[in-house]
Amino acid sequence: METFETPPPPKVPTQREQIIPVLVSVISTGIFFILAGWFISSSEQWPVVQKQFFSLEAMRESFPDVARGFWLNIQIFFIAEIFITIFSLLLAIARSLKNPIATPIRFAAVLFIDAVRGVPALLLILLFGFGIPALRLPGFPSSALFWGTVALIISYSAYTSEVYRAGMEAVHNSQQAAARALGLTYWQTLRYAIIPQAVRNVLPALLNGAISLQKDVALLSVIGVREAVRASQIYTARTFNYSSLIVAAVLFLLASVPLARFTDRIAQQDQERRLQRTR
Amino acid sequence: MTTSLQKPKISIQKLTKYFGTKLVLHSVDLDVQPHEVVCLIGASGSGKSTLLRCINRLFPFDYGRILLDGEDIEGEEMEDNELRQRVGIVFQSYNLFPHMTVLDNITLAPRKVHGISRPEAEQQARELLEKFDMQEQAESYPDRLSGGQQQRVAIVRAMATNPDVLLLDEVTAALDPELIGGVLNIIRDLKNKGMTMVIVTHEMGFAQDVADRVCFLDQGRIVEEGDPKQLFTKPKHERTQQFLQRIIEAGRL
Repeated sequence: METFETPPPPKVPTQREQIIPVLVSVISTGIFFILAGWFISSSEQWPVVQKQFFSLEAMRESFPDVARGFWLNIQIFFIAEIFITIFSLLLAIARSLKNPIATPIRFAAVLFIDAVRGVPALLLILLFGFGIPALRLPGFPSSALFWGTVALIISYSAYTSEVYRAGMEAVHNSQQAAARALGLTYWQTLRYAIIPQAVRNVLPALLNGAISLQKDVALLSVIGVREAVRASQIYTARTFNYSSLIVAAVLFLLASVPLARFTDRIAQQDQERRLQRTR
Repeated sequence: MTTSLQKPKISIQKLTKYFGTKLVLHSVDLDVQPHEVVCLIGASGSGKSTLLRCINRLFPFDYGRILLDGEDIEGEEMEDNELRQRVGIVFQSYNLFPHMTVLDNITLAPRKVHGISRPEAEQQARELLEKFDMQEQAESYPDRLSGGQQQRVAIVRAMATNPDVLLLDEVTAALDPELIGGVLNIIRDLKNKGMTMVIVTHEMGFAQDVADRVCFLDQGRIVEEGDPKQLFTKPKHERTQQFLQRIIEAGRL
């Protein structure tokens, strides 16, 4: 009788075998950056550009003003994000209403979303920032900062509401049937069954929007809001040195990279959850 | 009056429904007595599930009427949530809420629709879970459970509002054969406790075992109905004979 030998488990790579791919990637990345650096600095204009954009002294000098401006960016970002999250969800709900009596609300929401998405955000900020303060509306602040932020909220809400809507539509009809069969009203069905699942569905997309917003706050510089970009432009205008822009760029980078990693992590958790569900 | 004792729990009269221009239910008459278990059988597309969903008004219908304890379910006094409290439904694909624990799934309707306090609702839910031997899963999320467990939770959820009638829509169709038994035992239990049920099923053996009466639907009509023993062994109607023949050939009876 033939005997079967159980094949051994596959060989675990040795430490040396494991380290080789890491070394290769480190070396190839290093070579790439050395070549790129050599190519750029070999340009005739490099010494001029270096002085204009990468002057350590100018960076140190402009840093306090730019950082103060950046603190304003962060404040605007948080306030705008809170309003966008709420307002866009309301828009998405308004747009998904099916009752015929709600037609005007649905129609208004569609009109609003189409109109806002059809106009560049920059233009909206210019119109709000310069136009509305000129009206001197009683009871409303007339600062460019206030109305620029409102424009940002309006612009982002239109896009974000479509993200929410996609998330709501991705919740299977059977969930609605189940909630209705338990006697929940239309609103209770939305509140307890549909929206919590919709938000989970689109959380990575919502965070992606937040990363985008964090940088678009800089658009308010065009209406004279003294945020980071505006502050560095003021420095540039005074000294003819552009290094302050690099300072602003580094600050934006430092703020958005952690946010991006956080988004990645949420997206990965979401992926894992979905995989578990299909198992 | 002796007739009031005989008042059916559910009385379906000349129920007709179209999907667009397609006739899916054609003048269906069906009375379900209190504590009676009626099984609806028939091929896919014969209208069984649609009939079930008309009973708790998940689907609107075009002609005819449905009485629950003699009350028209389309009458003005019959609110949606009252109807759905009295008539529970369990779906083929469980339809549990994936973002809620088992306990929250079960207590949602008692708390939000019927205004029962959370501690009270949770206590009732735990008692129900214990009856169905599911108490250990109270804090789990549905995707941590097997299909059979999920379906049992769905049955408990439908039972949590104390319905008079339970509608079961192919509740074992999505389950592995080894998990079906547990769910069927629960349904048998409910029958023994006197629950009035209308069951759509493809499990002919189960229908034969649990049903007081079996209705065979074909093209939106009840073609034949009767005692399960009679209907499964000596079907009168030609369509019923053909259907059962196919089931036997497929090894499902």
